[in-house]
Amino acid sequence: MTNPAPSDILPGLKFRQRFPLLALILERFVLSVVLLFAVSILIFGGLEALPGDFATTYLGQSATPQAVANIRQDLGLNRPVTTRYVEWLGNAVQGDFGTSWASKNSVSEQIGKRLGNSLFLAGFAAVISVPLAVGLGMLSVHFRNRMPDKIINVISLAAISLPEFFIGYLLILFFAVKFGMATFPATVYDSMGFVERLKAIALPTATLVLVVLAHMMRMTRAAILSVMSSAYMETAELKGLSASRSIVKHAAPNALAPIINVVALNLAYLVVGVVVVEVVFVYPGMGQYMVDAVTVRDMPVVQACGLIFAAVYIFLNMTADILAIIANPRLRHPR
Amino acid sequence: MRLRDIPITAWIGIIGIAIAFICALFAPWIAPYGETQVVGDVWAPADANYVFGLDNLGRDILSRLIYGARTTLLVASAATIISFSLGVILSFTAAVSRGLIDTVFSRFNDLMMSIPTLIFALVVLAVLPQNIIVLILVMAILDSTRVYRLGRAVALDVAVMEFVEAAKLRGEGKLWIIFREILPNTLSPLLAEFGLRFAFSILFLSTLSFLGLGIQPPAADWGGMVKDNKDGIIFGISAALVPGSAIAALAVCVNLVVDWLLKRTSSLKGGRGDA
Amino acid sequence: MPELLSVRNLKIEATSYPPGEPPKRVTIVDGVSFDLQKGKVLGLIGESGAGKSTIGLSALAYGRGGAEITGGEVLLDGADILALGKNGIRKIRGARVCYVAQSAAAAFNPAHRLGDQVIEASVKHGLMSKDEARKRALYLFGVLGLPNPETFGERFPHQVSGGQLQRAMTAMALCSNPELIVFDEPTTALDVTTQIDVLAAIKHAIEETHTAALYITHDLAVVAQISDNIMVLRYGKQVEYGSVQQIIEAPREDYTRALVNVRQAYREEAADQSTALLKVENVSAEYSNGFKVLHDVSLHVPKGQTLAVVGESGSGKSSLARAITGLLPPSSGRIVFDGKPLMPDLKNRPNDDLRRIQLIYQMADTAMNPRQTVRDIIGRPLTFYYGLRGAEKTARVKELLDQIEMGKGFVDRYPAELSGGQKQRVAIARALAAKPELILCDEPTSALDPLVAEGILKLLLRLQKEEQLSYVFITHDIAIVRAIADSVAVMHRGKLVRFGPKSKALSPPFDDYTDLLLKSVPEMEIGWLERVLATRRMESAGN
Repeated sequence: MTNPAPSDILPGLKFRQRFPLLALILERFVLSVVLLFAVSILIFGGLEALPGDFATTYLGQSATPQAVANIRQDLGLNRPVTTRYVEWLGNAVQGDFGTSWASKNSVSEQIGKRLGNSLFLAGFAAVISVPLAVGLGMLSVHFRNRMPDKIINVISLAAISLPEFFIGYLLILFFAVKFGMATFPATVYDSMGFVERLKAIALPTATLVLVVLAHMMRMTRAAILSVMSSAYMETAELKGLSASRSIVKHAAPNALAPIINVVALNLAYLVVGVVVVEVVFVYPGMGQYMVDAVTVRDMPVVQACGLIFAAVYIFLNMTADILAIIANPRLRHPR
Repeated sequence: MRLRDIPITAWIGIIGIAIAFICALFAPWIAPYGETQVVGDVWAPADANYVFGLDNLGRDILSRLIYGARTTLLVASAATIISFSLGVILSFTAAVSRGLIDTVFSRFNDLMMSIPTLIFALVVLAVLPQNIIVLILVMAILDSTRVYRLGRAVALDVAVMEFVEAAKLRGEGKLWIIFREILPNTLSPLLAEFGLRFAFSILFLSTLSFLGLGIQPPAADWGGMVKDNKDGIIFGISAALVPGSAIAALAVCVNLVVDWLLKRTSSLKGGRGDA
Repeated sequence: MPELLSVRNLKIEATSYPPGEPPKRVTIVDGVSFDLQKGKVLGLIGESGAGKSTIGLSALAYGRGGAEITGGEVLLDGADILALGKNGIRKIRGARVCYVAQSAAAAFNPAHRLGDQVIEASVKHGLMSKDEARKRALYLFGVLGLPNPETFGERFPHQVSGGQLQRAMTAMALCSNPELIVFDEPTTALDVTTQIDVLAAIKHAIEETHTAALYITHDLAVVAQISDNIMVLRYGKQVEYGSVQQIIEAPREDYTRALVNVRQAYREEAADQSTALLKVENVSAEYSNGFKVLHDVSLHVPKGQTLAVVGESGSGKSSLARAITGLLPPSSGRIVFDGKPLMPDLKNRPNDDLRRIQLIYQMADTAMNPRQTVRDIIGRPLTFYYGLRGAEKTARVKELLDQIEMGKGFVDRYPAELSGGQKQRVAIARALAAKPELILCDEPTSALDPLVAEGILKLLLRLQKEEQLSYVFITHDIAIVRAIADSVAVMHRGKLVRFGPKSKALSPPFDDYTDLLLKSVPEMEIGWLERVLATRRMESAGN
């Protein structure tokens, strides 16, 4: 994600000079909130601007003028856009996302259960894939252009070309059906213990990990390579320092910021990957909820899910920006 | 640059892509059976007549695969060409104009990019009618944001070089500067990005179809074929994996070619980094 | 006296990968031999590509970017370091032989404090304890003239200036009490007034510590101040080797003689400087963030004459050129060309105004579109201003190539196929194609080797006579100013400090800044540095 780097947004030059780090962090935070706000307008308002009347499309075949008028009345679509938006946003901020058009249940209730499930799945996949990716990236650089590097390169190329659902079904076919090692579908319910949960989501996690690992590893490799070819690495060699000291003391601190950036960028893949994986494994999470809602055009659910996914994504990017700022020595110790 | 300099991996990629395009162009002549023609039992195993077996309605998988190439490639190519043109034109204009135009375009682009592509597509497709044009346009517009980001970075790199300033000093107009000074120097990374976008379009379209939001049945498209046959997996029937493998194979081929182009560019900016 | 360093028949090769051709083996250094005694300084001088850095690095048994030492011996105290294994070489680097890089800014790790990096090698090689190393670093900071030596080590690389970083790098090299230090163009990237301080500091430090040194540079005047012996290199081979007196005062080889005699005066100052082709009247300008780069500057350039604009980085000389061309519209004042005022902004000027003022850049590499042939580069102004196309255009391009002393065969070449000097000549031809009356030259020879730069200067002077051109020649090199200018303008921090005919501007009485500037330019004389330092000591003692 591009960094706006607007040094004139926040007033208070003195504050900025005395606490430059804090000022930058606050700036990022405020920007993210503004962005989320804009996204909410986009999601709510943008849909209004698109062709295709809600009511008509929703009713599909049975769209008689009377039925359309009735539906519009019921769903309150007659009121002006701005009123509806403010109401929606106001409720959303308090955690109330309205009622589903399809099931007439509270959207927030469903989200409450499902968001936790999705975050659990994504979190587990992240915890496994991030160290693996960084480790493989370092291995790749260590054996640069030799056999291990070439092998890793080929495998990762294949991995990023495979669609998530393909990997998912492959795993199901082999591990669940043929070898009976894992469970499918990946149903979880409230009373499950922690370990049982982990076993249930073993396959979907593996799928997610494979999807994200390949991308992350390639980018980690590129970031590390870039650091390794810096001038200060040559200085370390010319000072007669051992290879391990060069890497640990000189390369690592400077590789931190770019690697954090890479990781955050790829956590975004997880947000998207979760959607497909949940559908493949019939896992009760936000992804499946959203896809089902889109198919039947259940607008409150679609808008709520869209907003939440966007919020998570924006939050991830903001955290990455802030961590990268903290890891930069120039910003930690200004002139 | 001679043909001999192209590595084997890139050749494999080029051949794979060529095969897919041949299938797409000559489908009615190559496919042994019709696209929607029922020829046998549901999920019949592979044999001499039906190379990959039959699908969930008894249709020949190979034939559907060949016809599917047509739909997949048509939509993916159209979407990529539109998104690429849009992205490049907007980003280059922004890079050359700087000032207000650049700020407005870039802020708007940042906004569009702050929602992951799939989510955005889901939200938009919930409202719009389902047909191919809409699908292509949605894919194109959402993807153009990535092209914009790269295009702007690459164009700015060139725009700050002194020969661009020398052209301005001569009195050259904006069009000349964009097309004759900047564009020729950005071809390599742009070409690699085109390949990446194409691979992404193929995967994205398949995902949308798999979720039931892309190409509608009975038209054959690889993602939709996976969706149709997925229920067989639990019975150990691998019919769904055939179209899935086709998607994977084509994407691998495109990525092999892109990798080769990226090596020639050797710039980190042209790397993969998007959701 | 025992030799500290003995290099015999050193041969260094690398593999080059020209596009579209099979990789080939190139010889960078071809059979070079020399000796260096303890405590003495050997200057390695040559133009870029001569192999001097590569030879310097071989003293650490290191080949940068794929360069391999394929022949010869490098004897340190009698033992061939090329025959040592990896561990043996590691023990020598940073302990017995140290390296000071050209760009200290890039060579320091931005994530660690300077003090830690300076003592790192000494401590890691087990030469002294951390405390001892810190004490030594403090002592060295003082010797090298760094401000506040006690707290200097606490700072990060991005918090100190370029000159200070260069000195810190020297401290890092001296910290481990090495027998030999390799200085790789340590002052090339610095301003003239900073350079002299760093040079003095280095000289003082190596005298105090009795360290031997290899001093690599392309500037003969600099190396004359600091070396005992000099070796002249060209194309990887040794051209001449002798004491500093012999090389400077009685060079034997033609090439050496050319290097020593660089930039003698060529141009007689024009007598009548009253007419004005270009008049800059009270011009002030600022960047979009409000930072003022020009403060009320007024000067003029007579027709057919050269105004040299001198200053260091940040003086505003480039901003002046940008204001004249319209890239940086002045916030007040005006610019009058041939009697008529010019529109402040480039966008509002008619094409003919743009045609009559041309600009030549410092880096010819980036000043030309790498995807265009010489024919198109030189030909575009012909098409754009005069509507010439096809055969007519090519014919005129060939004429221009003749005028810049390059053969007609160059029409279809690309910039990447040209040498630095050739690229700059093509840039000059491009400017000429427009038939301008005024050419702004923004440091056109700063990035070129001394002899190549010579050629370009001579070409510019000849063209001036042939085409009656006026030049505004921006430079930081006083020697060039003396050689080619009619009038001189000295700029400092955006203000015009001195302006007038060359003879007046460069003679006393001086204002403080011009005084400092003129005194800082190294002369090709042995002992110049000592004299300047002595004058400084006298001046500060007298205050």
